[in-house]
Amino acid sequence: MTDLSDGAVPRDQPDLVRFLAADGSLRPTPAAEPYAHVVDALADADLEQFYRDMVTVRAFDREATNLQRQGQLALWPPSWGQEAAQVGSVRAARPQDHLFPSYREHVVAMVRGVDLIDIIRVMRGLTHGGWDPTDPKNGNTHIYTLVLGAQTLHATGFGMGLVLDGRCGTGDPERDEAVIVYYGDGASSQGDVHEAMVFAASYRTPQVFFLQNNQWAISVPVAVQSRTPLVKRGEGYGMPSIQIDGNDVLASYAVGRVALEEARAGGGPRAIEAMTYRLGAHTTSDDPTKYRTSAEEKAWQERDPIARMRAYLRGRGAGDAFFQDADDEAAAFAADIRTRTLALGGIDRSRLFANVYSEELGEIAEQERWLTAYEASFEEDAR
Amino acid sequence: MSETMPLSRALNAGLRRALEDSDRVVLMGEDIGPLGGVFRVTEGLQATFGPQRVIDTPLAESGIVGTAIGLAMAGFRPVLEIQFDGFVFPAFDQITSQLAKITYRHEGALQMPVVIRIPYGGHIGAVEHHQESPEAYFAHTPGLRVVSPSTPNDAYWMIQEAIASPDPVIFLEPKSRYWQKGEVDLDASALPLHASRIVRRGTDVTLVGHGAMVPVLLQAAALAEGEGTSCEVVDIRSLSPVDYGPILDSVRRTGRMVYAQEAPGAVSVGSEVAATVMEKAFYSLEAPVLRVSGFDTPFPPANLEGAYLPDADRVLEAVDRALAY
Repeated sequence: MTDLSDGAVPRDQPDLVRFLAADGSLRPTPAAEPYAHVVDALADADLEQFYRDMVTVRAFDREATNLQRQGQLALWPPSWGQEAAQVGSVRAARPQDHLFPSYREHVVAMVRGVDLIDIIRVMRGLTHGGWDPTDPKNGNTHIYTLVLGAQTLHATGFGMGLVLDGRCGTGDPERDEAVIVYYGDGASSQGDVHEAMVFAASYRTPQVFFLQNNQWAISVPVAVQSRTPLVKRGEGYGMPSIQIDGNDVLASYAVGRVALEEARAGGGPRAIEAMTYRLGAHTTSDDPTKYRTSAEEKAWQERDPIARMRAYLRGRGAGDAFFQDADDEAAAFAADIRTRTLALGGIDRSRLFANVYSEELGEIAEQERWLTAYEASFEEDAR
Repeated sequence: MSETMPLSRALNAGLRRALEDSDRVVLMGEDIGPLGGVFRVTEGLQATFGPQRVIDTPLAESGIVGTAIGLAMAGFRPVLEIQFDGFVFPAFDQITSQLAKITYRHEGALQMPVVIRIPYGGHIGAVEHHQESPEAYFAHTPGLRVVSPSTPNDAYWMIQEAIASPDPVIFLEPKSRYWQKGEVDLDASALPLHASRIVRRGTDVTLVGHGAMVPVLLQAAALAEGEGTSCEVVDIRSLSPVDYGPILDSVRRTGRMVYAQEAPGAVSVGSEVAATVMEKAFYSLEAPVLRVSGFDTPFPPANLEGAYLPDADRVLEAVDRALAY
């Protein structure tokens, strides 16, 4: 169904859920009707918050890309183009939920309370993790996982734990906990993802598998990953599976919300395929000019998630002051990240040896002592 | 109070105590429920503790380890069974890229109290992939702890101590010893999890090994005594970290050492122990540390396992070479 042979955008599946057309007009698809009540319940303030989230993270993402180009970061994986898929789904989650990102879900981390300087620190080579998922300020957001798909098994196991402890399925949505795990079209080929779905269905985990199909796994198009729409996989494993226009934040929110509520209530796992596009490169080390066309990129820019939300909000009466304020806030956020990035120091040598185990082993302490003496010996020689 | 029982029953009793002591402990694996495990190590445990504490999993090793990681993140202490040594490899990425590194990656914020029980080693006449000795891959991975009991008493206590450890433990069970009986002290553990132990005193050569090899070393020592050679035998019990204290103490007295293992010798645990002992006890050695290992081939068809696996005679051949220096 995904036809990239002429660089055109993929044709929509007949049962794709979309509320906002690319031009921002409200034109729900037939499959969107069962979710309309969720969208109708959103207040203007909620819609404005979605917009602000997307604009802020895009500014952050551009700043981080610039910082990499300026030698301040080793690497940056941009989320440019995927803002709606991520904002809708993370805003659909409840405070007590648990989130397992891949490595591109910057706005997911931001909305849950993670200080995005912690992602910067990972890309600057100061840490592998960045933040503590058990610290309440981080909103139960797990750190990035760089082995593709590995986090889907961790998320499923966490969901199994919720089932075993009766932390879901009580019927109280304020208390029942759910898990949402993010992964991409490339990762969907990994064996771990399939095993994660097998286990999730077997044990009926309160879990949403959120697949961002951004059409590319570095330079490999999704047509190579799968000969069938990825949304069909979930059904094969025994879970309801819905495709959404991932560039429509309302669809992402509504479908994400229903999926999470059904999962936390004991309905078992669900899958969502969010059709979106990686407008940027895979990371700053990548060169998309070698494998895709600017015509294709342009076609997807006409489906930009932020532009369509802006048009929608304008149609609802939002004025220039609001949009300017959102842009200013985003610019300030990005500027603050820049300032703090440039102020980041190094890391203590002791971090090399710390936390290999829960308590320090004699062997490791001995190696640390050796390195300290070894490095000091150069200073002695220099005198 | 002590009781004589086979090693597999000692493991069963140790698992039972761990399940009783903490409701955070859950067992996971293929066929561990009503079947009680293909070696019956978990026999009766699901009947007592129920299917939410003793969990039969789908047939997917990476899935078993990966979901156990998630369970540990949710506050559980998973104890996994990999059905046979040769089948641990599908889980290798989750074990080495994830389980071993999660505490380091999180700068200590998350612990991984996961035990992976693996029946390992030969002497059971099985088909391919059922008689491997993969310990070196795990001993080489920072962040993992690797242990192997050689007696029922060690099995009973070490499984409980492994489960109590906040770190991931690869727990290698010598399957050829599952039915060997021994006395188990049910009251007190004699040793910490990672301690090595001199199990036989001697004066001329130190024989060192782990798991299924320890009884072979004791057999070799008994035979050697009949020919006037006094061997000391050390059971290292822990392959990562290795407790070198008793080993070095022994070598400083005997001056000669032989390490014996079923695993292929190239880049093995024996290689590491030999190199370290030579570095730390060089001036005490009268001979180089010698290794008796499986040959550097894949494990052969079972008809050839007798030729492949080091036995007491191969150990004594090395003892003679050490004494000839």
